[in-house]
Amino acid sequence: MSKTSNINRVDGFAKVTGAATYSAEYKTAGVVYACLVGSTIAKGRIKSIDTKKAEWAPGVLSVITHLNVDKPAGYKDAKDPHNFGQPLQIFKDDSIVYYDQPIALVIADTFERMQYAASLIKAEYIKEEHQTDLNKAKDKERKVDTKKGDDYHRGVVDGYKNAAIVLEEDYTIPTEVHNPMELANIIAKWDGNKPTLYTKSQGVEGTRRSIGKVFGIAPEDVSVNSEYLGGAFGMGLHTWPYEIAALIGSKKLGKPVKLVLHREQMFTNVGYRPYTIQKIGLGATKEGKIVGLTHEAVAQTSSYEDFMEGTVNMSRFLYNCENVTTRYRIVPIDICTPIWMRGPGEATGSFALESAMDELAYKLNMDPIEFRKLNYAEKDQEQNKPWSSKYLLECYEGGMERIGWENRKNEPGAVREGEWLVGYGMGTGTFGCYRSPTSVKAKLLANGNLVLQCSVNDMGPGTATMMTAIGAEVTGVSSDNVIIEMGKSGLPKGPTQGGSATTSSVGSAVNDSCQLLVKKVIDLALLNPVFKNSKAADVSFVDGNVISNKDTAKRISLVSLFEANKLQELEVENQSKADEEAKKYSIYSYSVHFVKVLVNPKLGKIRLAHVVSCADIGTVISQKTSAGQMFGGAVGGIGMGLMEVLEIDHRFGRPINNNFADYHVPVNADIEKQEVFFVNKKDPISNPMGTKGLGETALVGMAPAIANAVFNATGKRVRDLPITLDKIIETAKV
Amino acid sequence: MASKKTNENKVTPEDANSRRDFIKKSGLFTALALAPPSLVMASENKWDEKIAEYLETVPLSIEVNGAKHNLNIEPRTTLLDLLREQLQLTGTKKGCDHGQCGACTVHVDGIRILSCLSLASMQQNAKVVTIEGLSSGKKLHPMQEAFIKNDGFQCGYCTPGQIMSGIACIKEGHANSREEISEYMSGNICRCGAYHNIVDAIIEVKEGGKLI
Repeated sequence: MSKTSNINRVDGFAKVTGAATYSAEYKTAGVVYACLVGSTIAKGRIKSIDTKKAEWAPGVLSVITHLNVDKPAGYKDAKDPHNFGQPLQIFKDDSIVYYDQPIALVIADTFERMQYAASLIKAEYIKEEHQTDLNKAKDKERKVDTKKGDDYHRGVVDGYKNAAIVLEEDYTIPTEVHNPMELANIIAKWDGNKPTLYTKSQGVEGTRRSIGKVFGIAPEDVSVNSEYLGGAFGMGLHTWPYEIAALIGSKKLGKPVKLVLHREQMFTNVGYRPYTIQKIGLGATKEGKIVGLTHEAVAQTSSYEDFMEGTVNMSRFLYNCENVTTRYRIVPIDICTPIWMRGPGEATGSFALESAMDELAYKLNMDPIEFRKLNYAEKDQEQNKPWSSKYLLECYEGGMERIGWENRKNEPGAVREGEWLVGYGMGTGTFGCYRSPTSVKAKLLANGNLVLQCSVNDMGPGTATMMTAIGAEVTGVSSDNVIIEMGKSGLPKGPTQGGSATTSSVGSAVNDSCQLLVKKVIDLALLNPVFKNSKAADVSFVDGNVISNKDTAKRISLVSLFEANKLQELEVENQSKADEEAKKYSIYSYSVHFVKVLVNPKLGKIRLAHVVSCADIGTVISQKTSAGQMFGGAVGGIGMGLMEVLEIDHRFGRPINNNFADYHVPVNADIEKQEVFFVNKKDPISNPMGTKGLGETALVGMAPAIANAVFNATGKRVRDLPITLDKIIETAKV
Repeated sequence: MASKKTNENKVTPEDANSRRDFIKKSGLFTALALAPPSLVMASENKWDEKIAEYLETVPLSIEVNGAKHNLNIEPRTTLLDLLREQLQLTGTKKGCDHGQCGACTVHVDGIRILSCLSLASMQQNAKVVTIEGLSSGKKLHPMQEAFIKNDGFQCGYCTPGQIMSGIACIKEGHANSREEISEYMSGNICRCGAYHNIVDAIIEVKEGGKLI
């Protein structure tokens, strides 16, 4: 373990003192307050909208609707239906395509006056028949018209049907909503034709491009600041209509506009994990060898843009199988477009696949882990490539030991603790390792500080801490003396934070830039008479000094080196990207969640008595923040498994539980005993550090682990999430 | 959301700002010239609003993190919005504005409350402590130190509320076991899922025995 691997979160001081500044908190002179008023129907047209009372209300500066909006230049562009992430064009016309779609922007001089004025807006509609129920809109089911939307076949199509032992089941996940604790928020202002946004974005460069497109300006003219994000979990991957609205308002008034969504609007306007119905067909020999696997998914999208995610993808490579078929379909309905939510696709898919694996293990009367080991994939059959590294078996072992798997009985309901039925279950998760081209500037200052710059965000995983650990490790500068500048435009271009790719992309760039920087220092030192006749290999850069390897008395400090060369600082800016070698391998992270549940058969109450989350993520750069990620991913999966569901009242096409009292997320009392285990073995291919990514896979596999444990405890198989007590209370008969 | 509710309610003309509405309408229809010229001019220059703004405020004396403030505030202002928007103390967070998430937790006269559910005008002469009032320069409160050491957060947005609640949890005598801490910390949602480490941090402070 390197000495930098257990450092504290570097933005910890700012976060525990309240000094960390999130988007809507930037002190901005002359800022005015805005909010969005939403439609009260799910589909139709605005017949009339009465804004007079609001306009006359005290302190109101402007009310903007489709009738008086100065439409952004980019609105003239034809909509590209396959451009995932193309936002709704706010105030473009009178059409309503989902409930709570913004119909007016109200701007006033104070927050209270703005809120009151918004309450005075009144609209009348010409209603059209809406459909918000995926189950009733299946006639509109279709493929996504891109290569990724094609069906996948390996071997015999639907070959599972020919197997000796066959399982065919449907699995459903409901709509879940990201709901980060920080509300979606923005301060928007214009300087001539150049906007500045303090906004909740997971990708500074992506937001610059989207905003540039909408307003018909160059991305370079858009300034974006998202230094601190109060979580996002995928919600910040879109540029949303509220951001465009704030910019429209600011442009009109010539003032900075602050807009913070209400929590209710977080359920209707900024995406969600889509309601998805899946079908698994799984066939095996009597000895337990899988011979066929078919995985189908039907997921909802909006009426105005296609959205898809990798729901069926893991079925193509997770287990050894000759005959694999996957199909993905979308159904457009009258709700806002989904957006990837933590562990996107894979989290949904793993619930189906890993539940089905458990079910088939019971049919075969095998231990679920033995069944998985029997079908272990030695190579990636989808891409026909070797794995770069795979320590899935180590994850199984680590979890079995910690959870006490030997106490599990294969017969459901066979273990009791007092009045509680005890069940053990596990579920596997996986996620691809991606790496995007990333630029990082590394700068050594005369005072010994190392400055690292990149426009990448840190929405909570600990990106800044990871950068610090790598920078300190490579340069030998103390982690206390590393300064991170990130999360805003104008810095060397970093990637969007998503897809578990940040450490692989940004970490590699930090590593490479810092290595070049050290080389630059050494090259400079070698010109000094102290190191006459020395070569680069003969000296090292340690604690701010270039020192001879043979004679440590021969040294020159950075300060004297800078003085001798009349330098204030020494810097390197470099872009890093994946090499060709990586393309020859299949690179995946793995997680395996183990849970011990206690179920009260009379009350249906489920307690997670013990949760163990294991992962193979290659090298662990930062112990604390990685453990935090894994704990948090598991908690997200617990929400998915036991409580999260956005209920829609289909009569009106609107949500019923659009608040934290009714949309349940895990709270502290839901977590009893939680452990994390990392294999922590370097991947030889993925990137210079050998990491594979964690954020997404940390959640994947938890929901089926819970479902499988509940079955082990009660004999009741729940195939529609979340596993609420009403679905298992009948097991009182056990 | 107020906007939605009132959209469905009938808003009668009597509801809406009768006094200034009248002046404004008069201003708009000067051709009818029923209002005296001085009144029309007052309306056009928004003096009516300036006068109203003064008349509609209430005085508030409040102590925040040891600093006394004598303010005139809108009666509708919540303690949370007063802190964030007027006193520029943005460490206290708005997560839901409905008392459902705990992000806005502050101490008022030593007791933890949800500042979003409290009107500022109800806090006459109250002593409020926010996250900014816990530390002094580089010197952190033991709970802040323990949160850093135990990594009791990720994105940091619920953290001020968690820390204020964590301190109160110990002071209330509700930190005698992991289970009890979890129960009494369940009003503070952490969507990043740092609960395990939050409980570790609180136990460390409780067992450390330092004055909090």
